[in-house]
Amino acid sequence: MKSSYKTFAQMLSSLMIIAVVAAFVLSSVYKLTEKPIAAAKDKRELEAIKEVVGTFNNDPFAEQMTIMTPDQKHKLQFYPARQDGVINSFAIKTFSDNGFGGRLEMIVGFYINGAIKNFKITNHHETPGLGSKADEPKFKEQFDGFNPQKRKFKVRQDGGEIDAVTAATITSRAVIDAIQRALDAYNNFYAGD
Amino acid sequence: MNKTSYENLTRGIIKENPTFVMLLGMCPTLGVTTSALNGLGMGIATLFVLILSNCAISLIKNLVPAQVRIPAYIVVIASFVTVIDLLMAAYLPALHGALGIFIPLIVVNCIILGRAEAFASKHNVWQSILDAVGMGLGFTIGLTSLGIVREVLGNGSLFNYSFLSGEATPLLLFVMPPGAFLALAALIVIFNRVMRRN
Repeated sequence: MKSSYKTFAQMLSSLMIIAVVAAFVLSSVYKLTEKPIAAAKDKRELEAIKEVVGTFNNDPFAEQMTIMTPDQKHKLQFYPARQDGVINSFAIKTFSDNGFGGRLEMIVGFYINGAIKNFKITNHHETPGLGSKADEPKFKEQFDGFNPQKRKFKVRQDGGEIDAVTAATITSRAVIDAIQRALDAYNNFYAGD
Repeated sequence: MNKTSYENLTRGIIKENPTFVMLLGMCPTLGVTTSALNGLGMGIATLFVLILSNCAISLIKNLVPAQVRIPAYIVVIASFVTVIDLLMAAYLPALHGALGIFIPLIVVNCIILGRAEAFASKHNVWQSILDAVGMGLGFTIGLTSLGIVREVLGNGSLFNYSFLSGEATPLLLFVMPPGAFLALAALIVIFNRVMRRN
């Protein structure tokens, strides 16, 4: 009986030591990498903004604003791109929960008249080689200059004018959903102002 | 290098190759190998975790009572994976962006726990590292070759360099899940044929 108590104490203490050491190591690495990870994320976003808007000489990242979707449920980030003080295009950070692998995040750029310029998927869990192709020029090109307010902004399978990525209709629908959300939020913001 | 060390190093690459002979770690093998680069990246990340975990586990093998060794090993492995995940996100953001979702999967890769249990818990640190390098390289070779076959057939490219003209359609099946099974089966047949002949 005594020996079983002894092994129990041994089991407990050795697991405890391992857990404490692991927790200490993890928290120090987390502290160490917290700032570089945030900086890398900001840099990735700024690069995505550069890719989707027109020429600008202001700092869209510094001028960002928070806008609400019409149902007041979600906040999106709005980044204006100004050339010599005049807004010529803008980027909105948006998302869709209808991706094949859950949430899909992207930054979408619009011309000032509401037509799409370009978009960049910043975070996704789509199938590599299929859904991930939604971020390739072959699919994106058709969006340049497309005005969702004047044309049928859906994939062809749903009676719209957008050619879905082959074998990734769900991802394509999610991209459209995310862009539509950004546009709705922008219109809501514009109307409310 | 003496004979045992040499055997421990090469065992994982050929005789007990985790992908083609042991059929271990099938989830990442089938799941991530849609391109050669993904396979290579996953293989190298696994190699790193395997070296660290084998090393740590052979160091603590005498401190952990046998009854609780599995939870102890899992904590060690999961910690290393998280550390690598965080460090990659901070200092290699581009690579992390490409492999990000696969990194946490390494925790559940049974090769790592398998080597901890079958090898590192019974041998010294140096032999455990050699074993980890061998197994890790064997896994990397398996994943990369499967990735190459699937990317060439299914996407018409190799390491992201496309060699198909715009009109040609690749065999899309090979980048989809059923193609993974077909390509893996073909590779296992070839590997074992060649091995048996020697």
